[in-house]
Amino acid sequence: MMARRSIEPLVWILFSVGGVVAAMFVPVLLFLFGFAYPLGWLASPSHAHLVAVVGHPLVRVLLFFLCTLCLLHAAHRFRYTLYDGLQLQHLQELILLVSYGGAFVGSVAAGVLLWQFG
Amino acid sequence: MVDRITVEVARYRPEKEAEPSFQAYEVPCRKDWVILDGLNHIKDHLDGTLSYRWSCRMGVCGSCGMTVNGEPKLTCATFLADYAPGPLRVEPLRNFPIIRDVIVDIDDFMQKLSAVKPWLIRDAEKPLAEGEYRQTPAQLDEYKQFSMCINCMLCYSACPVYGLDPEFIGPAAIALAQRYNLDSRDQGARQRDEVLSKHEGIWSCTFVGECTKVCPKHVDPAGAIQRYKLSSAMGSVKDFLMPWRGK
Amino acid sequence: MSTERNRYTEFRPRWYRPKMSTWWWLKRWSSLAFILRELSSIFIAWFIYFFLRLVHALGRGDAAYREFLAWAASPGIVVLNGITFAFVLFHAVTWFNLAPQAMVVHLGGKRLPGALIAGANYAAWVVATALVLWIVSR
Ligand code: SF4
Ligand code: FES
Repeated sequence: MMARRSIEPLVWILFSVGGVVAAMFVPVLLFLFGFAYPLGWLASPSHAHLVAVVGHPLVRVLLFFLCTLCLLHAAHRFRYTLYDGLQLQHLQELILLVSYGGAFVGSVAAGVLLWQFG
Repeated sequence: MVDRITVEVARYRPEKEAEPSFQAYEVPCRKDWVILDGLNHIKDHLDGTLSYRWSCRMGVCGSCGMTVNGEPKLTCATFLADYAPGPLRVEPLRNFPIIRDVIVDIDDFMQKLSAVKPWLIRDAEKPLAEGEYRQTPAQLDEYKQFSMCINCMLCYSACPVYGLDPEFIGPAAIALAQRYNLDSRDQGARQRDEVLSKHEGIWSCTFVGECTKVCPKHVDPAGAIQRYKLSSAMGSVKDFLMPWRGK
Repeated sequence: MSTERNRYTEFRPRWYRPKMSTWWWLKRWSSLAFILRELSSIFIAWFIYFFLRLVHALGRGDAAYREFLAWAASPGIVVLNGITFAFVLFHAVTWFNLAPQAMVVHLGGKRLPGALIAGANYAAWVVATALVLWIVSR
């Protein structure tokens, strides 16, 4: 299919999968941990329960994917927003570094945190 | 007694002015008049120097596209009365160089169109004796929507990505490429992919979606582009996971 | 493509080339909606940061977890999360609504209508939400 090996289709597919993951899971997580528990709308789950959940190896792997994919999605979109919205194509290198570099750093941080969890 | 409406038309006369300006004309606002009728009234009765393109005046030729009150429209398919009491502004299509008044240069689009080879490509034509290439209604449905394009360029005019980067191959060209890629009689997808899978092909598109909104023929070029992205990306994921596949 | 070739020459008329304003997206509501949709990316990134702080706090024990909840209840963070929530919902809705344009699904030789594909996305959303609720608050 591809005439020329390029990274763009792979980046795009990650962007898209990240978009799906963000749409599916971020609203409920943000609702719970951003509002419902801190503001006492719902009784917050016990520390022990959450540790048990997050400590589960499968959950850790899934959370790692959640973080990485969402960050890649965000980086990709943010990059193009700067091009479209502010016409900053001439700063391409810097923008690439900040957006994808940021996503990379965030993903590593997520990986380390989840790896060492518990 | 008919109502009248003021039409402010963009004028640009390169031999005497450096920038476009607006000129106002008052035309009858009949309920069955489209904007193009108003322009023809100006040309015939008020000011013969006004230049604009049109031909079929029935939404088929795609030559009468202009920017009406900021929106790209086919002027032969847009009623004057919808803009009453006016005034309404008629400008050239955006994102194209202006040649004169509301006439824009369409060379760039024409080149892009031919770059995607919008015709049936066969590896080898089968002998006449074997008869025609047959197609079922279901196979026709696969691409029919994309074949409705009249090359009016409203989608290019609406597309900010094309406005920012004229290298972008653009909505209608990709939709037309898909019109042939999805045709059961066609075998040219590989050739078209060389153009489409470049950055200036599908990957420049950020799915703004304006092209689909303004298209007078419901072609959905934005959908064509996203579909192509998806199949192209799937193809390269497969290549990535199974390098031995194909080639 | 034609930019170089079509420059002014003696035998061709002079074209007028309007430049696109940097603020083009302020001129129409639909363009602004597009830019807002794209800006949801910033808020998704913020959420991941917020979430990782939660994970970090959980790892450090019960007291740190309570501290996190108190921090999350502080006015500044609540406001920021409120904005984030609006953007994330906007992202989700636009994403699901646009899905049928990118995805064509055939079932039994028939092309599924777009509304069905969008509907399936929303259904999956409900399931995902319920699943997370169940796991977290069990
Ligand atoms: S896709 Fe629609 S808007 Fe674009 S040129 Fe074709 S008919 Fe016109
Ligand atoms: S004059 Fe032919 S489409 Fe309007």
